[in-house]
Amino acid sequence: MRLISHNLLSCNIKGVKNGFPLKIEVGEVIQKEVDFNADFLRHMFAKIEWKALVEGARSMGYTELPEDSPDATVLDSADDSFLRKLHHALLELHLEEGALVCPETGRKFPVSKGIPNMLLHEDEV
Amino acid sequence: MSSRPELLAPPEIFYDESEARKYTSSSRIVEIQARLSERALELLALPDDGVPRFLLDIGCGSGLSGETLSENGHQWIGLDISASMLNVAVEREVEGDLLLGDMGQGLGLRAGVIDGAISISAVQWLCNADKSSHEPRLRLKAFFGSLYRCLSRGARAVFQVYPENIAQRELILRQALQAGFGGGLVVDYPHSTKKRKEFLVLTCGSVPTSINEGYKESCSEDDDSEDEENGMVGVSDRNRPRKKQRTNKKGKGREWVLRKKEQSRRKGNDVPHDSKYTARKRKSRF
Ligand SMILES: C[S@@+](CC[C@H](N)C(=O)[O-])C[C@H]1O[C@@H](n2cnc3c(N)ncnc32)[C@H](O)[C@@H]1O
Repeated sequence: MRLISHNLLSCNIKGVKNGFPLKIEVGEVIQKEVDFNADFLRHMFAKIEWKALVEGARSMGYTELPEDSPDATVLDSADDSFLRKLHHALLELHLEEGALVCPETGRKFPVSKGIPNMLLHEDEV
Repeated sequence: MSSRPELLAPPEIFYDESEARKYTSSSRIVEIQARLSERALELLALPDDGVPRFLLDIGCGSGLSGETLSENGHQWIGLDISASMLNVAVEREVEGDLLLGDMGQGLGLRAGVIDGAISISAVQWLCNADKSSHEPRLRLKAFFGSLYRCLSRGARAVFQVYPENIAQRELILRQALQAGFGGGLVVDYPHSTKKRKEFLVLTCGSVPTSINEGYKESCSEDDDSEDEENGMVGVSDRNRPRKKQRTNKKGKGREWVLRKKEQSRRKGNDVPHDSKYTARKRKSRF
């Protein structure tokens, strides 16, 4: 699972008000190269919760993202170094083994072979 | 295999390791699923601007449908209830992210973030009660409600479905419309028993273009030609029916209206501003 998905995912347990962002517990992180597409990143930027992305990336060992959400003008600047970092953080880092933890209840969703198990128990639905 | 696997076992049992492997090693299945996925993507009617989108593949299985999304340049998340199917997807190195989850429990995704959703040959599974705690109507409701929330305004969701009968088709459609979706059914090759395919095309918020029609002409030979004779299309493009009014005599009240308007604003809809007239009763001569 990559950070682009982590950034959209929230805990779905019945009664949970604030299931976002899921805390990342790292067992193993792997990297896979993905073709760079600036248009896609510009499109996604508005949807991203910046703080969650920075924290998620940090927990996966990537610390190059600026702490504060940059002004949208950097998306169109001639220097694409910011977009390159965003690309790497969103699309190239995979949480291969570990867990996602609900910030409200502490419920752990295990991640194995890159796949988070988001199945709820019957009493959580 | 029965022609209706949904009747044999729950999906996480039916799609076990051997079924999952059978699924992707049959070139016939691979081809059919790819064709259905192409058609679903076409019906999604994404803006024609060359920008890749972030899509959802519901009941993604071994990733055959997701591969079509990747081939068209999009990024995607796939959700499936069968670990065996997802394992095959991992082996095949699909490019999307995979989640093990049950769509009937609702999707845990933030509001308004997904650009579109497809689901190929999966949603009819929700019409079965596989556990005593399962109530198909409630599971469909949880599913469509959560899907509606996570789609961005103007986005579509396209479902290729195999409903068992008219009642199932109605149930699925009704739950979708009650969740707030507009749209309706597109039927390709309605008069062919073999080629007939149903797509439920749902729209979220304003609709940029009208839903196009089902295919009429036959394009392949493997058909009994007689059930193709008159190529009429069955398109029932319904508008959202009004929700059943559950008001008491005093009406829903100003607070309720203000809350609903706020919700709608948060979805990005155009909502008239609040004034002293908001939620007032109209004069009876109106
Ligand atoms: C016929 S397969 C199609 C797979 C894939 N969409 C394709 O085109 O190759 C149907 C899939 O729906 C999944 N499914 C059934 N019920 C589900 C549920 N409640 N939640 C998530 N997935 C489900 C099954 O596990 C199976 O992988």
